[in-house]
Amino acid sequence: MDEHPPLTIPSGTPAEIERFYRSLRRIRRVEEEIARLYPSNVIRSPIHLSIGQEAVSVGVIDGLNPDDVVAASYRGHAAYLAKGGDLKAMFAELYGRDTGCARGRGGSMHLIDPAHHLLGTSAVVGTHIPLAAGQALALKREGRGRVVVVFFGDGATEEGVFHETLNFAALHRLPLLFVCENNFYAIHSPLDHRWATRRLCERVATYGIPAHQITDGDLLRIRACALEAVASMRQGSGPVFLECHTYRWCEHVGPSEDFEAGYRNRTEAQPWQETDPLDVMGRLLDPLTRAQIDQEITLEIAEAVAFAEASSFPAAEELLAHVYAP
Amino acid sequence: MSTRPDGMSGEGRLLRYVDALAEAVAQEMERDPRVFVFGLDVTDHKGIQGSTLGLRERFGPDRVFGTPLSEDAMTGVAIGAAMAGLRPVHVHIRNDFLMLAMNQLVNIAAKTHAMYGGAVTVPMVVRSMIGKSWGQGAQHSQALHALFLHIPGLKVVMPSNAHDAKGALIAAIRDDNPVIFIEHRLLYPTEAYVPEAPYTVPPGQARICMTGDDLTLVGISNMVVECLRARELLAEIGIQAEVIDPIWLEPLDIETIAASARRTRRLLVADNAWTRCGIGAEIIAAVLERAGPAAGIAVGRLGFAATACPPAPTLEAAFYPNPATIAEAAYRMVKPDAPAWHPDPERAKLAYQVQFRGPF
Repeated sequence: MDEHPPLTIPSGTPAEIERFYRSLRRIRRVEEEIARLYPSNVIRSPIHLSIGQEAVSVGVIDGLNPDDVVAASYRGHAAYLAKGGDLKAMFAELYGRDTGCARGRGGSMHLIDPAHHLLGTSAVVGTHIPLAAGQALALKREGRGRVVVVFFGDGATEEGVFHETLNFAALHRLPLLFVCENNFYAIHSPLDHRWATRRLCERVATYGIPAHQITDGDLLRIRACALEAVASMRQGSGPVFLECHTYRWCEHVGPSEDFEAGYRNRTEAQPWQETDPLDVMGRLLDPLTRAQIDQEITLEIAEAVAFAEASSFPAAEELLAHVYAP
Repeated sequence: MSTRPDGMSGEGRLLRYVDALAEAVAQEMERDPRVFVFGLDVTDHKGIQGSTLGLRERFGPDRVFGTPLSEDAMTGVAIGAAMAGLRPVHVHIRNDFLMLAMNQLVNIAAKTHAMYGGAVTVPMVVRSMIGKSWGQGAQHSQALHALFLHIPGLKVVMPSNAHDAKGALIAAIRDDNPVIFIEHRLLYPTEAYVPEAPYTVPPGQARICMTGDDLTLVGISNMVVECLRARELLAEIGIQAEVIDPIWLEPLDIETIAASARRTRRLLVADNAWTRCGIGAEIIAAVLERAGPAAGIAVGRLGFAATACPPAPTLEAAFYPNPATIAEAAYRMVKPDAPAWHPDPERAKLAYQVQFRGPF
């Protein structure tokens, strides 16, 4: 375990800052738009928003090549978008349209973009973790140095399949980066009701996997740690584990806040909201550049929503399509 | 013992079921470098009763390897590898152990193609074996095909002889869907004529093993063999049973069974499992839906007694259908008003049941 990785955290170059801001802002604005639309019932799919947690996906995925593979969970909008997932196909999927990334068969919890090497996201907690190992097995055999990143929450680390996969990945030295987005709650259950100790990285390290903890949500630190892990994995080092503390601003499922529900309070969120990487990156940009990025994102989202609204629902006659591959 | 039902070429050598399985996998691995075999103990000195022996030496440790006892994750690994373009054959030495893999099989493997709108496929084979006899007991003897048959997106095949074992396994490996391939331990030493060149026994085609006009007998897995023996007992008293092996239960060739039942007007399904919510109920319902009440088809089901499989020989013998109980049930359907008939129990035994010795 390594609470303070001996990394030099570079301050981002102007181009990097712009890239990070654009990616964070795009994800935030997409999800805010989803939340705005949600009460109108045009999106009839359970949504698990990433708002507040975007920096983990953005920081890790920035260290990947386009042909590296990403696996994520039902709280997967951020990973989907950070990996380059098609925004129009995403909105169309949320609207249940035939032009959706899963042709209206997936919904918010089952986004997929094979062209951008994003595995389908999965809604049973932890279930996608071994699938990522299967992908990593295939990439290891391919021998081109490609890697897989799998994102999951703190709750997933309680599933047996998580530990089974850690063991197998270490045994076979798979090029697999495990990224735990620890937001301290599984639905509404706090960590201390679920974990005998908080020493997650120590647990993982016993499998022979280097495990690093990043507690401050700093995007540049996350990215630096991921870059180093990915570089070693491309050389055949085997899997690496990152535990990134983060915080979910909205309710577990749905478009709203839930600080009044009683299981957590707003003061807990405040430090995270005060150091929001989106604000941090935004302040580093000159106002003109920032305004231009914001406007481009606004236009892109409007186009995606219009695309979804203009698309058809799948025909009822196609209900049984895709049950079996031909 | 050799079986050679109609519909087989009769070409090739007499080959044991277990060797037919091994030959199928080796030929597909030779043909397609994407195929790999893994599972607990596939590389040990016993090689899953011989069905994986020699594969590691021939194809190397990257394509043939043992696993930790992690059925849940290993099934996920198979699915992930299949989605990435490989063609895994995941081997379990007992069907019972698939219960540890159900989340991956039901929630992921079965749904992936549909749930992502056809964007990805999961071409994988899950091999497992049903145990029977020599006191296998409650957790080494189950045949749980009904659980898998309930789930759209999975294919299920249960070959009853060496010819079909080879052809169905090749078809399963070439299929772009997850296939649950269920073998029977007692069939492993049985022989049939098996062509040497690769061939497929394709999904959705039943085989009429023996023809007859008085009754349609459908057997599942090794119950096909028991039905064929029951047919001999029935023939001795002038009853001609038609014996059908569906081979693939999903997709199921219901038309072949329905056509036979319409003609014989009697349908008896002998399952290698419990009858409740089983393939027997499914076959009978599907046939009656097609034929309608006017067809006047009498129906019956046989299967495991509704309890956990006991190891005590007296109890175990009563737990399973056998040629005598199948023949008696058929007789009652053909001659409902005649006095009861019981075949000579000694003559009703199967050769392999007499000869088999454990341990497995």
